[in-house]
Amino acid sequence: MTTTELPFPGLSGVPTTEDKLTGKDFTSDQEVRWCPGCGDYAVLKAVQSFLPDLGLRRENIVFVSGIGCSSRFPYYLETYGMHSIHGRAPAIATGIATSREDLSVWVVTGDGDALSIGGNHLIHAMRRNVNLKILLFNNRIYGLTKGQYSPTSEPGKVTKSTPAGSVDHPFNPVSLALGAEGTFVARTVDSDRKHLTSVLSAAAAHRGTALVEIYQNCPIFNDGAFDAIKQPDTKADAIIPLVQGEPIRFGVPQEDGKGSKGIVRSASGGVEVVQTADVAESDLLVHDAHADDPSTAFALSRLTDAGVLHQSPIGIFRQVQRPTYDDQAREQIVTASAGQGDQRQALASLISGGDTWTVV
Amino acid sequence: MAKQVKQLDRVIIRFAGDSGDGMQLTGDRFTQESAAFGNDLMTLPNFPAEIRAPQGTLPGVSSFQVHFADHDILTAGDSPDVLVAMNPAALKANLPDMKPGTSLIVDSHDFTARNLTKAGYADNPLEDSSLADYALSVVDLTGMTVEAVKEFGLSRKDAARAKNMFALGLLSWMYGRPIETTLAFLEKRFAKAPDIRDANLTAFKAGWNFGETTETFAVQYEIKPAPMSAGTYRNITGNLALAYGLVAGGVQSGLPIFLGTYPITPASDILHELSKHKRFGITTFQAEDEIAGIGAALGASFAGSLGVTSTSGPGIALKSETIGLAVMTELPLLVIDVQRGGPSTGLPTKTEQADLLQAMFGRNGEAPVPIVAPQSPGDCFDAAVEAIRIAVTYRTPVMLLSDGYLANGSEPWRIPELDELPEIDPAFATGTNHESVDKEGNAKPDFWPYLRDEETLARPWAIPGTAGLEHRIGGLEKGDGHGNISYDPGNHDYMVRIRQAKVDRIADSLPPLEVDDPSGKAKVLVLGWGSTYGPIGAACRRVRKAGYDVAQVHLRHLNPFPKDLGEILKQYDAVMVPEMNLGQLSLLIRAKYLVDVVGYNHVRGLPLKAAELAESITDLISTTTGTLDHDVHQEEVAR
Repeated sequence: MTTTELPFPGLSGVPTTEDKLTGKDFTSDQEVRWCPGCGDYAVLKAVQSFLPDLGLRRENIVFVSGIGCSSRFPYYLETYGMHSIHGRAPAIATGIATSREDLSVWVVTGDGDALSIGGNHLIHAMRRNVNLKILLFNNRIYGLTKGQYSPTSEPGKVTKSTPAGSVDHPFNPVSLALGAEGTFVARTVDSDRKHLTSVLSAAAAHRGTALVEIYQNCPIFNDGAFDAIKQPDTKADAIIPLVQGEPIRFGVPQEDGKGSKGIVRSASGGVEVVQTADVAESDLLVHDAHADDPSTAFALSRLTDAGVLHQSPIGIFRQVQRPTYDDQAREQIVTASAGQGDQRQALASLISGGDTWTVV
Repeated sequence: MAKQVKQLDRVIIRFAGDSGDGMQLTGDRFTQESAAFGNDLMTLPNFPAEIRAPQGTLPGVSSFQVHFADHDILTAGDSPDVLVAMNPAALKANLPDMKPGTSLIVDSHDFTARNLTKAGYADNPLEDSSLADYALSVVDLTGMTVEAVKEFGLSRKDAARAKNMFALGLLSWMYGRPIETTLAFLEKRFAKAPDIRDANLTAFKAGWNFGETTETFAVQYEIKPAPMSAGTYRNITGNLALAYGLVAGGVQSGLPIFLGTYPITPASDILHELSKHKRFGITTFQAEDEIAGIGAALGASFAGSLGVTSTSGPGIALKSETIGLAVMTELPLLVIDVQRGGPSTGLPTKTEQADLLQAMFGRNGEAPVPIVAPQSPGDCFDAAVEAIRIAVTYRTPVMLLSDGYLANGSEPWRIPELDELPEIDPAFATGTNHESVDKEGNAKPDFWPYLRDEETLARPWAIPGTAGLEHRIGGLEKGDGHGNISYDPGNHDYMVRIRQAKVDRIADSLPPLEVDDPSGKAKVLVLGWGSTYGPIGAACRRVRKAGYDVAQVHLRHLNPFPKDLGEILKQYDAVMVPEMNLGQLSLLIRAKYLVDVVGYNHVRGLPLKAAELAESITDLISTTTGTLDHDVHQEEVAR
């Protein structure tokens, strides 16, 4: 896991508090209404217990969501929040983040909300690098509308709307984010509290748009979609852990305790899975999320199964610094306002500018 | 040679040429000169949607009409007295608007066989007798321009491009315009290209001298300044006035303006203008689409700015869902619709008023939105400030309906004093407003985001960063007061009604309508809204000048209607509603007041014509009162 640099640059400008807050302080009085066993509970708990660690004033945190099961999230947090309309949360959050430097702005969205109806806003938020933390709950299904296939569902998926199997090709959210110039792109899993929290910390620390894809199980409409990475007997082969500065290895551990499989650069310019026994240790790809060129991160993202999930890299794919839209927009206003006098005076001279004449 | 000087009370000139000929600039400069001289004026730019349509063709013709007078005028005029045509296509496209006896000044240079064919002329109209009914002046404007600027060594093409300045110089001489503003303008505009600057200055002066010294034009005209009420004036377009109104609304409310928008004709100038005024704390966000534009604006409003979005009809269609969210979340938001011809892409550069019902009803559910409309270019300033007052005071999205004619048209505008502007108080919530009982039965102070102000029915606006007021809002139905999600049937019924009641409550803050009925004897009322104010006013003047009585009322507020409108409507035997649509205000008036109004509807992409409207008003007066003393159609009356 990448270590986060403190103080968190992503939160500079947001007022902190000396009060020791707890998860309870971030829990609203509203009853949580997700289905029993929903992965959203785990993420909510993780967020509620992680937020106090940021040391921020509760009133300076805003959660914005779109429409979908996960988008009920803001109601359960005792912060400011808006449960908006389908797909538009990144746009609304962009207005909040750009107009207020002193707010920590989070977007909660799902695979349908972010990648289907709201795809445009998602990619443009990442391109602009607005200081937003986007939590993309990916359950590979439409839950709130009761079980249609989503833009991340595997080809051939049989659902209510695809009785003969889906013929849609899915998005890979990480590939999409990297293609959209995302500066922080990560993937984690609802059931791995430790990994989830560490990725959220790194996202909070990042200045700019952080996209975190969270594999999230829908027990009602797509149960077991991520079993390969959750079951003890398969997870070693399914999870490709991305750890900054470490050779990428996975698979059932060998005698030396290290995974039997690894990632190397392929002749075609991408990356491929090999048996570590067949290559030298030095041939293994050392993960570097800080590389400015996103090509390797993209190549790694392609190791994710588009169909039924058997293998997926987990961790931070990309973490680079680029000026943010909101910082620069505010800077332009600060520059234009510097040394300027009274606004009413300025308004009077603005409206009486140009060619004028006086009638007495 | 001393030339004859003839007095006129008003003149309408139309400059027409290829869209690359600089006709908009020429018209704009002539307008500035006329404004500086002190005439009253109105302008009507008219240009194709294509940036550069094929040269020399009819679709490529661009024109700029300016009406200036020694008295107060209300429209850019129905048909020109003078047409300046820079090529055959410009002549052909505009000739149908010219009445016999009017003047044509035609640049003969481009009347070649090829260009005549392009414009669809079989024969050269300058050489046959087809223009015999007009006062035709054929001048080689281009040839003389090229000759005049040859010392600057420009290419022939660049030299010829100064022909619009030659034409401007000639017309400036003809109508005794002061030339200083244009000289100063050219110095500044081309400061970085001295040869171009000098060519334009020289062409402009050559045009003036051509009028002054040759015998081609024997008469010079004088149009005296118009009496205007005291004050400092400037010429202003609707989009500029609207942008200034937004700046003023921001200053008056103390709220930072956040414009989230996507470029669209004819609204983009509002973005261009506001983006220059960051020193007022204004953020302009050019979004990825219309939806993101309004979304970001609403987000900014949630965070304590005044969110504004600007667009035209097709953009409103895309923003509808977010407007509904703003209705539900009861946040201040200004939605500007600079209407253009529709449906769909329609006529992007032409004017229309056909978005009224979209503004009124174009959302799912019962989603009332206040509507404000400016009536002239300069009035866009006041309308913007008024829309902001309503949005902030009542915590609601407000629709501001401008149109293409107001946006690009211009008029002299009396610059307001700042103390004439209303104070707008955002009155952010700063503390708890309710006492709740916790699980242990203890009273504790609480913040209820949907607890309303008794007078305005507005909810409190608590912005992030305010400790203790953390709350969640959204598009799901709110419980009365506490604002948490509620599916209770009775609550929904109540909330639907209270949202409507809040918008209705705005009427309490509106001044009484002004009824213009000079004789007090009118039986017929003409009711309008938006940019038809000028043509309706001019038509009513004609009707009165012909000896009839007619009353005029013009609506700034379309939702809610002013409280006295119903009473006023009852006082007349007949009500005519002229609109640039198929009867949208008519529909609303009929529905609300059960008054069988008579529509007057044109959707030609151009402002209504005062003379035609006057005939229809007179016909209605005749059928209503059963009298027809003399025929107004034949009257020579002032427009």
